[in-house]
Amino acid sequence: MTVTDEITATAPESAGIIGQRMLRKEDPVLLTGEAVFTNDMVVPGALHLAVLRSPYAHAKLISVDTSAAVAMPGVQAVYSGADLAELWASPMPCAWPVTDDMLSPEHYPIATDTVNYVGDGVAVVLADSNMIAHDAIELIDVTYEPLEAVTSITDALSDRVVVHDELGTNSSYTWNLLVEEAEGDVQRAFDAAAFTVSEQYVQQRLIPMAMEPRAVVAVPQPFGGDMTLYSSTQIPHILKVMVAVTLGFPEHQLRVVAPAVGGGFGAKLDVYAEELLCIALANKHACPVRWNEDRSENTVATVQGRGQVQNIELAADANGKLTAVRVRLVADMGAYLQLITPGVPLLGAFLYAGVYDLPKAYDFSCTGVFTTMTPTDAYRGAGRPEATYAIERAMNALAAEMDVDPLDVRRRNFIGPEQYPYEAFTGLVYDSADHDAALGIAEELVDYNGLRAQQAKQNTADETKRLGIGVSTYFEMCGLAPSRVLASLNYSAGGWEAATVRILPTSKVQVVTGTSPHGQGHETAWSMIVADKLGIDPADVDVLHSDTTIAPLGMDTYGSRSLPVGGVAVGMACDQVIAKAKQIAAHQLEASSDDIEFAGGVFSVAGSPDKEMPLAAVAFEAFTAHDLPDDLEPNLEVQVSYDPPNFSWPFGTHICVVEVDTETGAVDVLKYVAVDDCGVQVNPLIVEGQVHGGVVQGLAQALYEGAVYDSDGNLQTSTLAEYLVPAASDVPPITLGLSVTPSPTNSLGVKGVGEAGTIGAAPAVMNAIVDALSDLGVSDVPMPASPLNVWTAINSSQSAANTEANGGS
Amino acid sequence: MEITVTVNGTSHTHDVEPRTLLVHYIREHVGLTGTNIGCDTSSCGACSVHLNGEAVKSCTLLAVQADGQEIRTIEGMADADGTLHPMQQAFMENHGLQCGYCTPGMVMAATSLLEENPQPTEQDVRLGLEGNLCRCTGYHNIVKSVLAAAAND
Repeated sequence: MTVTDEITATAPESAGIIGQRMLRKEDPVLLTGEAVFTNDMVVPGALHLAVLRSPYAHAKLISVDTSAAVAMPGVQAVYSGADLAELWASPMPCAWPVTDDMLSPEHYPIATDTVNYVGDGVAVVLADSNMIAHDAIELIDVTYEPLEAVTSITDALSDRVVVHDELGTNSSYTWNLLVEEAEGDVQRAFDAAAFTVSEQYVQQRLIPMAMEPRAVVAVPQPFGGDMTLYSSTQIPHILKVMVAVTLGFPEHQLRVVAPAVGGGFGAKLDVYAEELLCIALANKHACPVRWNEDRSENTVATVQGRGQVQNIELAADANGKLTAVRVRLVADMGAYLQLITPGVPLLGAFLYAGVYDLPKAYDFSCTGVFTTMTPTDAYRGAGRPEATYAIERAMNALAAEMDVDPLDVRRRNFIGPEQYPYEAFTGLVYDSADHDAALGIAEELVDYNGLRAQQAKQNTADETKRLGIGVSTYFEMCGLAPSRVLASLNYSAGGWEAATVRILPTSKVQVVTGTSPHGQGHETAWSMIVADKLGIDPADVDVLHSDTTIAPLGMDTYGSRSLPVGGVAVGMACDQVIAKAKQIAAHQLEASSDDIEFAGGVFSVAGSPDKEMPLAAVAFEAFTAHDLPDDLEPNLEVQVSYDPPNFSWPFGTHICVVEVDTETGAVDVLKYVAVDDCGVQVNPLIVEGQVHGGVVQGLAQALYEGAVYDSDGNLQTSTLAEYLVPAASDVPPITLGLSVTPSPTNSLGVKGVGEAGTIGAAPAVMNAIVDALSDLGVSDVPMPASPLNVWTAINSSQSAANTEANGGS
Repeated sequence: MEITVTVNGTSHTHDVEPRTLLVHYIREHVGLTGTNIGCDTSSCGACSVHLNGEAVKSCTLLAVQADGQEIRTIEGMADADGTLHPMQQAFMENHGLQCGYCTPGMVMAATSLLEENPQPTEQDVRLGLEGNLCRCTGYHNIVKSVLAAAAND
């Protein structure tokens, strides 16, 4: 066991670079202001786009009068949705039609007949400056006929008001996953259960809030026909394909670049109206068009996350061993289906049994509904934090039902280390894990037994400062994804990743990756993988990415996929470069290539220590091609496309310790311990950073954040003054423990780490709060556990208890 | 209105609209884009710069209020020979940044914090930086960076 700051984890068969706490190559440009974010670009002659957005959540568009805006000096054009209708070859894309009968309204970049959420675009201005463009949208006169808003999942399900008339219902789809050995197994398990729990949890809507709002610049080449789109996006490659389809733009003349990107968290994994508008209008006006998002625009115009009502039931035998799980989910799609909106809840569909050994008795169903709020889509963890929250809260409810410790009920249900690789009830194969070991490390780090003893002393009946301890144990299903699995889920694309490794004539190395980092440190980590494989200095490696002309093949960065898919592809390309280099070395050293060994950047002949050739010399031979084997092509360059055989399954334990003030409802996080096992750690410094940030995002859902709408569909948390992204003073330091269980499914033994922190945190925090208050009769507190929500939960359970004590009313 | 502002030691004179915010002046008139904009309510601190040596959010001032004043931005922190400012170096060594968007503002606020309180406690740092938001790091390594910079001073 090691506590953070002393961690060094070495990979199997590593030359020693993998596992080092190497400082990031990315940092100097970011620390000095040299980095160029999209909105930093200087683009001569660009027109500035501003979007007029609907102030109504649901309304008919009666008229859009642009005359006053057009007349304003500096305004070049003003368009309503109707004016631009001819520019769209097809509606905005949803790449994940989860069922064959899924209902999806046609969604265009600018509304034409109705608006369906506050923030829906109704008209655009092109002007000489950003200021003029924003001044001019104020002069557009729009007449609306307001309709009733739909701002809750329950209301949406009732179809009291149908958001999209043409669909006839608010239910977009219902997706089922029933796994039974024999028909009726789930119900029989519930009938025979010694213990059952039935819980409802609400996943509030969250605003992803990457610190960089979105920005777009489209630069056309009016006579040549090429178009370059610069966008603050996680997905330049997917975006290129989708732009080609949506605008009918010839894909081979389209280049998409993601410059420095200031965070994404899933919200930049999308195809947005403003990207399509900038390209279409740049094309139409034959000049560059740019747009940048204000923060208060970002809160309504960029996708939100979560938004689910979860009903979960567990059945367990007399020993507390799970015998069946039943889940009924309703997910808030918002007003439209964005790129993967309907699929997000399904990414959690396989995880509602958590890390537990469940027989084939699983009944999951999810219905997606339309509301008149900003569309939801991926947000850090996408479906998996929600699933983990439900099962981990429910496991605590089961522990309470059985009157055993929450750790105990988990240990009774863990999939044992000897069961790996483990074929789950879903047919998915979990690669490797030791849940009890990770839990044990966390338990010791936090001094669990000591805390329980302290709690027993502290939480007397009259105590107003109550101690609570919460645990969560989880999987982070990541490494998205085996393409055939995606196909079985109706996803429209594959999950492979591409990498090219190119040794230059002077033996410096270029790596081309299809991943598109925005804070994850791929330039550093991929350099380390290459340096480790090739026996060179990481400083001699340059990583090229996020530009579809330089890196034409790729599936981008989301779902903790970059390392277990993209990084593994880089490693594979290195292996193939070495294999080719061995043939050149063998030819030069007059030996059989089977006898060539490679270590420390030098090729040598087995048994002849004096016969050797450094990689640099081989690279130069490959470049001059003066004396290569007859059947060998010049140059040392290999491109690999890697489709992973399986998801990867990082796992771990989080334990949170809180003190809750019952008089004010305030929650103080005293201690937070996380043990995240992500397999081999290429760079522990980066791994720790991902976990710290992820934990705070999960903790923020538990304690602070929530997109609040009023009954008319107005977002009441539309700025950073109202939406509580925590500051440094709002969060605790985080203690990390180390557990390394390599993945057997890829050559690096890696699993990915981007979302683990977020997945584990919210249930650990909420379990701690409920634990602090359980003696007072509190079994749930709605997220975020604000002082008001906590105080209300305490007082309503107290008044319920008083009513009961007084014989009811 | 014509204003003259010294930015990172160089004097600049421009004619600006009176409503121009200092951050827009720095980015669009002076052409230094290292100072980022993350909100429109003076909540996030991404645009923090030094005004006469003290950290301010450059979205809370009009450019005309900086007339005749000295501004230092993130571009003015490292030495011309490429040596990072000790605070920048501390952020690099302690992995105090990920996407880097909040970083210029965070570095400017942190240096100002240490000017006022050269030997802060962890809690001093957390409270001192509460006007600067970061979405990536969970602040753990930012706090560590600032404490390391203080210890090295």
